[in-house]
Amino acid sequence: MTTTQAKTTDITVEVVYRGIFQKTLAQRICRGVVLAARKGGYPGTAFARYGDSPERNGVPAKQFAVVAADDTRLEASMARYEPSVVDVTVAVDDTLVKGVESWAWYGRQPIWKPTSPNGFVIVTSDRSAEEVLAQTDKTDRPFTLAIVPGAASFAGLWVYKDDHTDWRVLGAIAKVAPDWITLESVKAFVREQTKDENAVASVQFGHDHTTLRPVKPGEGTDAHEVLQFDKPGWTTMRPGIVVDARKPGERNPFYKKYSARTQRPVVNFDTCIKCTMCWLDCPDECFEVTPTGHYEVVYEACIGCGICAQVCPVKDCIVMVDELKFESNDDKWQQWQKDRAGYNQWFEDKSGVSAAPKTRAAAPAAGGDD
Amino acid sequence: MAVEVKATPTSEVETEQLLTGCEAIAEAIRLADVDVMAAYPIRPYDGVMQAAAKLIAAGKMDVEYIVADGEHSQFEIVKHASAVGSRVFVGSSGVGWFYAFEAIAVTAGLRLPVVAICGNRALDDPGAFGTEHNDSLAVRDLGWLLPWAETAQESMDLALMAWRIAEDTRVSLPIAIGLDGAFLTHSQTLVKVPTKAAVDAFLPKYDLGDRLLHPDNPITIAPQVDQDWLMEIRRQNDAAMRNALGVIAKAHADFKRIFGRGGDDPFIDEYMTDDAEVVFFGQGTLALPMKVAIRRLRGQGHKVGLVRLKWFRPFPVQQIVKSLSRFKAVGVIDRDYSFGSPYYGGVLYNEVRSALYSLAKRPTVVGFIAGLGGREIEQPMAQEIFDKTVAAAKGDLSVGDQCHWIGVRD
Repeated sequence: MTTTQAKTTDITVEVVYRGIFQKTLAQRICRGVVLAARKGGYPGTAFARYGDSPERNGVPAKQFAVVAADDTRLEASMARYEPSVVDVTVAVDDTLVKGVESWAWYGRQPIWKPTSPNGFVIVTSDRSAEEVLAQTDKTDRPFTLAIVPGAASFAGLWVYKDDHTDWRVLGAIAKVAPDWITLESVKAFVREQTKDENAVASVQFGHDHTTLRPVKPGEGTDAHEVLQFDKPGWTTMRPGIVVDARKPGERNPFYKKYSARTQRPVVNFDTCIKCTMCWLDCPDECFEVTPTGHYEVVYEACIGCGICAQVCPVKDCIVMVDELKFESNDDKWQQWQKDRAGYNQWFEDKSGVSAAPKTRAAAPAAGGDD
Repeated sequence: MAVEVKATPTSEVETEQLLTGCEAIAEAIRLADVDVMAAYPIRPYDGVMQAAAKLIAAGKMDVEYIVADGEHSQFEIVKHASAVGSRVFVGSSGVGWFYAFEAIAVTAGLRLPVVAICGNRALDDPGAFGTEHNDSLAVRDLGWLLPWAETAQESMDLALMAWRIAEDTRVSLPIAIGLDGAFLTHSQTLVKVPTKAAVDAFLPKYDLGDRLLHPDNPITIAPQVDQDWLMEIRRQNDAAMRNALGVIAKAHADFKRIFGRGGDDPFIDEYMTDDAEVVFFGQGTLALPMKVAIRRLRGQGHKVGLVRLKWFRPFPVQQIVKSLSRFKAVGVIDRDYSFGSPYYGGVLYNEVRSALYSLAKRPTVVGFIAGLGGREIEQPMAQEIFDKTVAAAKGDLSVGDQCHWIGVRD
């Protein structure tokens, strides 16, 4: 079995997660790494993302844990916000493999960017390794893709969803980094924390059912947009903390929001009644009015919040679809204009719902329940 | 109250009036054609808001005069007005200045050329009206330019220079002119008030350039940043503060050319130093009793002089080094305190010592805390300062390299 190459000094595990929704989960995993390693006698540190941004709903964010041979070696990993090189990357939502943009000016980063050669990328997913790899950026280094079975676990800032995702992930970490975090130490830690043998069983399950898929350089997709920005120096920055604002109608080329998306809206233009609700209610002003009076999504600006699908009065006119089913951010109205049948087939394939017109969804009764 | 003793110009560029320091500042506000001033009363700064209100009431001045609900709002108002292209004036004193502290910090961070006075007043508690410099000095690290005036005339002259220096795009930093409470803010002296035409020749229009906040110039000011950006922003402020030295010198030279005032050096004012062996060093109105002492001591044959600091920020290290290295000992008189500081000295004392540290041949520096809470500097105190400074010059280590409280009851 492949495991991390035995390092004598330290091991770094980062957890890439959806801001707010998975903050507690990420924190529990990072703390678990440190406390389980402590069972083996090692000191460690866990660090959560500090500051307001990017800790926003759905925006990719990172926490990390470091375990070291001793306190002196641990110091080299402390007083840092984010490690530049990690041994294990954990993504607790499989759509994160499309790239993370933890800070807008870092550009879009491949999920494996900080992962050391021959390191591990652990992804929680109910898809196969091949499907996940198909949406992962083409790699320039060998690593092992590890899939922990299970759908992404979303909760809230103060809410912990007790679905054992944390315990299964810790079991997977024990599988790939046994030199530092043994399965027995994780189980001992979890038993002590929870006094719940089901939780301990989830550790064992994560360990046993995590699949390992070696990835060679060149594997992965190059369909994702490359976004890289240079940070200006003090002599080239505008003085007075001034940055260019966008003119009316202009979209920000430096700040694209799509990396926050786990689902995206797809539109059935044939059933659209041009009511403007999606255009009005979208909190990110993602919709553009087309020459035909329809509204199309600008996917680079869409965070996938789903409000458009909620306010749309036409059943199945706007459908939220798993982001991992898409590679491109291209606007879709043009395609519908050129080939309506082809577009509707695409709509059905992606959304799994019929493109044929339906009766309108019943309007809720006045003062009705929700 | 302004009493015009001479309506006829003393020259083509000025008339003479009997004015308090606060009234002199109000005249400068009028002459600089300030667009917006924000006010909230606290003594002694409020002398300016009263004098300005009278000028408006008399139809002599047209300025948007906003009375705020507190000092924090007061300083925020002018910050925003400055960002949209208004020439502004503001001011406060003592703990009022401290109540505005957040706004004071962000104004410097934003590089907005707000011109203020700090009518220097002891910080509460206990409530007291007399002068101490700790209110102004609290902002010394933030990027505010800090000059101190000795007279009402100098208050007005510094104010007129202040808008020109602050608004220079190479600087674009706020300025707070230190005015000693009571002694300067509320005593009337004869002040030469320039004509508007002469001031216009000296002071260009305020132009924020492409930083102007306006719908036709879409910009975002002060977005949230992180560790990837802040150091570069701080470094820009550092560069602006360095640039200020040259801009101050040029403004001073032009002012002197047009109005004939301002002394030989923009940053320090030397008095009877040519053959001096020891000098006093300080800022603000304490120069006045010390000059009286110097003349008395000179009458007794002592070679003593005074170096008065005019700009505390930017601290003119070159001028200080060049000047003070000529003397055997320097008695630094602080009208401030910095409890627990090195050698328990005042702020000026430690700044001066730091400036002189790398010199191979440097004078002994003796520190004096004097005149706190507006206590008058009387001649016996000046004599004690002199005696200790001379003792230090002779190598008395029980005196030199330490600080002494002057005129305090045991």
